[in-house]
Amino acid sequence: MPLPKFDYIAPKTLNELFELLENYGDKAKIKAGGTDLLIKLNNKVLQPEVIIGLKNIQELDFIEFDEKDGLRIGALATLSEVANNSIVKEKYPSVAYAASVTATNQVRNMGTVVGNLCNAAPSADNAPALLSLGAKAVIVSKNGERVIPLDNFFKGPGLSDLKTGEIMKEVTVPIQPENSFTVYKKLSPRSAVDIAIVNVGVMVKIQNNKFTEANIFLGAVAPIPLRAKKTEEFLLGKNVQEDIIYEAGKIASSEATPITDVRSSQEYRKLMVEIITRRAIQEAVDNIN
Amino acid sequence: MKKIINVTINGDNYEIAVEPWKTLNEVLRDQLNLTGTKLGCGTGDCGACTVLLDGKSISSCLTLAVEVDGRSVETIEGLAESEDELHPIQEAFIEKGAVQCGFCTPGMIMSAKFLLSNNPEPDEITIKKALDGNLCRCTGYYKIIDAIKCASEKMK
Repeated sequence: MPLPKFDYIAPKTLNELFELLENYGDKAKIKAGGTDLLIKLNNKVLQPEVIIGLKNIQELDFIEFDEKDGLRIGALATLSEVANNSIVKEKYPSVAYAASVTATNQVRNMGTVVGNLCNAAPSADNAPALLSLGAKAVIVSKNGERVIPLDNFFKGPGLSDLKTGEIMKEVTVPIQPENSFTVYKKLSPRSAVDIAIVNVGVMVKIQNNKFTEANIFLGAVAPIPLRAKKTEEFLLGKNVQEDIIYEAGKIASSEATPITDVRSSQEYRKLMVEIITRRAIQEAVDNIN
Repeated sequence: MKKIINVTINGDNYEIAVEPWKTLNEVLRDQLNLTGTKLGCGTGDCGACTVLLDGKSISSCLTLAVEVDGRSVETIEGLAESEDELHPIQEAFIEKGAVQCGFCTPGMIMSAKFLLSNNPEPDEITIKKALDGNLCRCTGYYKIIDAIKCASEKMK
């Protein structure tokens, strides 16, 4: 089906972009990879007057790491670039892995990690991994920059904290503590290609055989990527042993509030949250030891 | 209003006027008559529309034509060196019976080209992963996997 008609503009700098966003307001839609946007245009969910392409804004195209500030993923870094980046693979394996199991090869060569976040699907592959690492969203507009925890970014299915005139310029990930490890796991019927039935991002830190930090985020089981707070609290101070990890999976399942849809039933999702959370924690533990 | 883009397609330079809402798939097929590239799902799931953009596989159905300005596109029509021969990947697909109805084949072959240009001797699991964005409803995939192994041998 042909797309609805719109104009297309590709600014070269952020300042040009802000001017366009001010002029067009809600009549404009921003495009990075476009792999979600074009489907919404095709379905007539969105009918903007103008598409503003970010692709020529060089200052958004980067993946950078330093030992003090950690990782920065710019708005134009594609899923493939993040998945294949040697530093991301070494320092943040769950981030690289999540990007590598998002959609298809073709979509990964087009779509971006930041775009996956801004699309704000509850099942977004890259959200739980980045959330569990304590990532932050760097949001810019003509009024300047604000930095918020990624945990505060998601507001509902397709809804984020972005206001008209703002874009997420980059997502940043802090240096991870010693004796910690992060794991992303996804369950979907047709390998990576399908949207996740459930997914989980886990970060645990262990000292003297006890959990001293735990970040656990569940995807596709609530309107937004869900922080499993009770599971995190349960783990803190507990011994690293099998029955504790099993119990953590059960608590995570009790925290999830999934719906039944075309991909899975509510009951199956709840059961699978228990299993993938348990496996993700175990895998993180195995990697620390 | 139409926009003028300059794009290299299969080695030839084109200056074409495109409407901003046209996808690369529409421009290739309807404007340039390069109908080897198919349109399947239109949502980036099936891979029938796969082409290479600056050497990387993409879904042409999810790409705005206006955004390929200044870039290089390769389609199934550009694979063979001349009209009298086939590319080794195309030969391998025929030899191994990896083509049945043929609708997925151009996309499969472009994904295979992307794989083999980055990894000339892939193992079976790597081949399967490389085809994660290409659906085939006829062959059951094994003949396609055989064909890509065969192409890898031919291209050594």
